[in-house]
Amino acid sequence: MTPTPNSRTATPEAGSEHRLARTALLHPCEGNDFRVFPARTPASTPKVALNDICLAYSVNAKGKLIALDHINLQVQRGEFLCVVGPSGCGKSTLLHLVAGLQRQTSGEVLIDGRAVVGTGTDRILIFQELGLFPWLTVAQNVEFGMRMKAAPMLERAAKVDRYLRLVHLRQFKDSYIHQLSGGMRQRVALARALATEPDVLLMDEPFAALDAQTRDLLHDELERIWAETGRTIIFVTHNVREAVRLGDRVVLLTFRPGKVKSEYCIELARPRHLEDLEVASTARDILNDLREEINKSLEAEYDHEANR
Amino acid sequence: MKRTVSYVLFYSVPIALWVILAKLRVWPPYIFPTPWGVVEALWAGFADHSFWIAIAVSMRRMLVGYGVSVVFGMILGLGIASSKFLEETVGGLLVSLQSLPSICWLPIAVLWFGLTEKAILFVVVMGSLLSVTISMETGRRQLPKIYSMAGRNLGAKGLQLFLYVTLPASLPYIVTGLKQGWAFAWRSLISGEMIFVSLGLGQLLMMGRDLNDMSQVIAVMVLIIALGYLVDGLVFKTLERRLEERWGLVPAATA
Repeated sequence: MTPTPNSRTATPEAGSEHRLARTALLHPCEGNDFRVFPARTPASTPKVALNDICLAYSVNAKGKLIALDHINLQVQRGEFLCVVGPSGCGKSTLLHLVAGLQRQTSGEVLIDGRAVVGTGTDRILIFQELGLFPWLTVAQNVEFGMRMKAAPMLERAAKVDRYLRLVHLRQFKDSYIHQLSGGMRQRVALARALATEPDVLLMDEPFAALDAQTRDLLHDELERIWAETGRTIIFVTHNVREAVRLGDRVVLLTFRPGKVKSEYCIELARPRHLEDLEVASTARDILNDLREEINKSLEAEYDHEANR
Repeated sequence: MKRTVSYVLFYSVPIALWVILAKLRVWPPYIFPTPWGVVEALWAGFADHSFWIAIAVSMRRMLVGYGVSVVFGMILGLGIASSKFLEETVGGLLVSLQSLPSICWLPIAVLWFGLTEKAILFVVVMGSLLSVTISMETGRRQLPKIYSMAGRNLGAKGLQLFLYVTLPASLPYIVTGLKQGWAFAWRSLISGEMIFVSLGLGQLLMMGRDLNDMSQVIAVMVLIIALGYLVDGLVFKTLERRLEERWGLVPAATA
């Protein structure tokens, strides 16, 4: 491993105090030992708790594919948790379980200490492919969740206005989805999720398909909205740098079966930027850890090809 | 403007030919009607209200029969698309049943319902039900899963999910089938009315034949074509245009 002497003792550059109020701190989270849960009693009930989650698919009569293997995770209220891992590690599946769109084989998902059964508007998932409704206008898309709850008209209109303003899309409220750019669609999805006012926001590689500039912009906006609304966010990505840029904590999953490999607390000052030196060096350390898993996933792919 | 010119040019040739042939009196008028005879028959038919009544009766039958087809066709199509058992049993039957001309259902209908309105509605329903069913089934299969997942995620359940998500999402996939269903229903109705004498445009057509009134036969045929064109232009073209406005490129529908 190449030594990175500057990363942990970096001193703030002049004129950018807001970026680097503290030196980068990267270490496996202490006092938050997920492996011994629930023996340790936390100060308060975590917002989201995954207790010993296993998920297995039966491939054929004898074969079984274990997608998730004894996952234990806790997310505190208002925390921004990022989950990274190689493709095929089950990170999207994890979100589907929390959203209640899919059911685990064993273990339980707790929200405020209560087990999750089915979907619920207290946790909204933003899909990788967004799933915006093309037959509705931007405003009607944002309104959809409230309409399903039969919320009063005036309240609906006020909230649509508020959340479209939050994502800077108010002048596009009567447009249809196909008329918007990728970044704008992303913001509609964010507004639609926020408008149902969920406690927990689940995001599944939401910025993967965007160009770098748009992604930068949306990172800033997401960070701002998170600070303004105080939501709990679980953010899945394959991009380690993005995870470090956004998260309070980064969880690394192993390749099939998906297990929690390691956890990092990111104690860099906010607002952060993707090009910050500390973000980059922290990401590099996590990436070294991740590389092993990526290699495993690649090997599995090659084996699969060879066996055909 | 250019389009109108080409229209006029295109239609003026056969009409001129018709006028010339009628003027020459090659065949007697009860075999080869004159254009002004047809116009007169149209005028007379509307003047004595017989065409208005026939249109009203036929359209009412269409609305009821086609409405029933759409509702049950959608339910059946959704059922087949979501149940393996139904797919394996009813699914295979659909295509073979659709090859049966709908007028073949008339004898059964008459035996079951007698010479009543129900019998003719039955023929109309059998004529269009299957094309709606087949298009709903394929539409449901082509429909990306993401829409219903997103709908559930945002709190839609059961009937709500169907009405607000599945139905509007599948509309571009089934619009071709709905259009085809309308055309089939229209044909079934006219052929039903021709055999089964009780008002309607088909009966007017047969009455023209019985009276040896060629002008009326052609007039009613013109009317039937005009009505089909009108419904396509007013209802389905509007629907397609609105879908395109909303979806951008409408996803390709295979009927």
